[in-house]
Amino acid sequence: MTDLSRRKLILTGLAATAGASGLGVAAHIAEKYGLIPPDHGGIYGPGETLTYAAQRLLTRHSLAREFSRSQISKRPLANEMPPLTEAFKRLQAAGFADWRLSVDGMVDRPTSFSLDQLKSYPSRSQITEVICEEGWSYIAEWIGVPLSHVLNLVGVHSQARYVAYFSIDPDWWESMDMADAMHPQTFLTYGMNGNELPVGNGGPLRMRLPRQLGYKSLKFITHLMVTDSMKKFGKGLGSAEPEAGYAWYAGI
Amino acid sequence: MARLGSAQAPLEACVPSSASAVPSTTVVSRHSALVRVTHWIITLCFFALLVTGVEILISHPRFYWGETGTVLTTPLFQLPIPSSRALVPTGYGYVLPDQNGWSRALHFQAAWVVVLTALLYGIFGLFTGHFRRNLLPGKADLSWRALSTTIAGHMRFKRPSEEEAWSYNVLQRLAYLFVIFVLFPFVIWTGLAMSPAFVSAFPATVTLLGGRQSARTLHFFVSLALVLFLVVHVVMICLAGFWSRTRAMITGRTRTHMEQT
Repeated sequence: MTDLSRRKLILTGLAATAGASGLGVAAHIAEKYGLIPPDHGGIYGPGETLTYAAQRLLTRHSLAREFSRSQISKRPLANEMPPLTEAFKRLQAAGFADWRLSVDGMVDRPTSFSLDQLKSYPSRSQITEVICEEGWSYIAEWIGVPLSHVLNLVGVHSQARYVAYFSIDPDWWESMDMADAMHPQTFLTYGMNGNELPVGNGGPLRMRLPRQLGYKSLKFITHLMVTDSMKKFGKGLGSAEPEAGYAWYAGI
Repeated sequence: MARLGSAQAPLEACVPSSASAVPSTTVVSRHSALVRVTHWIITLCFFALLVTGVEILISHPRFYWGETGTVLTTPLFQLPIPSSRALVPTGYGYVLPDQNGWSRALHFQAAWVVVLTALLYGIFGLFTGHFRRNLLPGKADLSWRALSTTIAGHMRFKRPSEEEAWSYNVLQRLAYLFVIFVLFPFVIWTGLAMSPAFVSAFPATVTLLGGRQSARTLHFFVSLALVLFLVVHVVMICLAGFWSRTRAMITGRTRTHMEQT
């Protein structure tokens, strides 16, 4: 082995070590600042992580575009959905009087809210767009209570990192990070275009995150759980969608 | 790095003066290592983006203009193809298998790789003079006379002259510049304009295009333009000699007969 090739070998080794430890340090810092999504594994993990990290650095506090009343879509599309569950139909028959939203996990005061209770809090409205991953979109006025208001009522622990949210249909559950949970446009929505929220659009209670694709705006919400890790939920990918190949973070 | 950039430099030295017009075959440097590596990475990503883009498109093969659009509104146009979602009225009696999950993941991952690679290429091109030397057409080449001669040659499917083995002709230069500085940035822009989080921080990205659905429609048309470029690019390569041109883009070298000046 000549001196030159040995030097080359040593330099290559050093560069590789530096590169690997650099990546290690980067991963550690990214984890510390919450830039790693729950679905960071697998072959598409690098892309998901880059997207989520870039968006958290660029758009943590930005506001989704709001539109004027004249831009509201004449016919808001009620997307096709799986058949309503028996539990839903029973509550629907009683006019949703017994619909409850339970909030638990890393909170000081686990609470179960009725719809009337939620409606008694200061209501907010936003005219924002529902954007489906398929490509279509429509604009509507969404009326509800900011999720942050409810979270402040129950007292979220400081080590909380995610809010998992569950539909009455056990197949559908989602989660968001605290940046989105405390975001002023993230609503527990019970009204639309000045009326009750129709069942076809997620009534009586729908999560709205206008900075992410429509599938994060889960319909028929009955349960919120505040947590520091999504590992124990389902396959540990953050929500039901990544188990079907879709991104957990859907702000793109 | 310095060596990468200077790969083109010995070219002039290889071109003999008329005094020494002796027929001989010489191997000359054609493409620098960085151009070759980025070319093939971008090629790979382009195919990934194209296939996954088509998969995403068939879940809603309708296009709109403005901010919004659904199956309840009138489309600008609808592609006469079946869809992978039952929601879309296509006239076909069946629904295609839904491939959106992995298609979206691969689409955005390939987009990341292509954007980072293109940044590297762009910085390289500016600092080494690659754009100025290899892609910017000379003043003389831009005259109507010179342009029409080159276009006429292409119209007759004339095989390219020897010198085009080691330098681009004016139409190639204009086409490559258009792809690199117009189509490519525009396809990234129209893509970002569809990201709800990105436009929340940079709303002008989408409002300048006339709305989210306009951005989606434009993204489709720019992609079509890029596919058209790819087709012409490959046809031209086949016409010029598929293996010699492809070899030059892999090994960086090309053989040339130096009897002409």
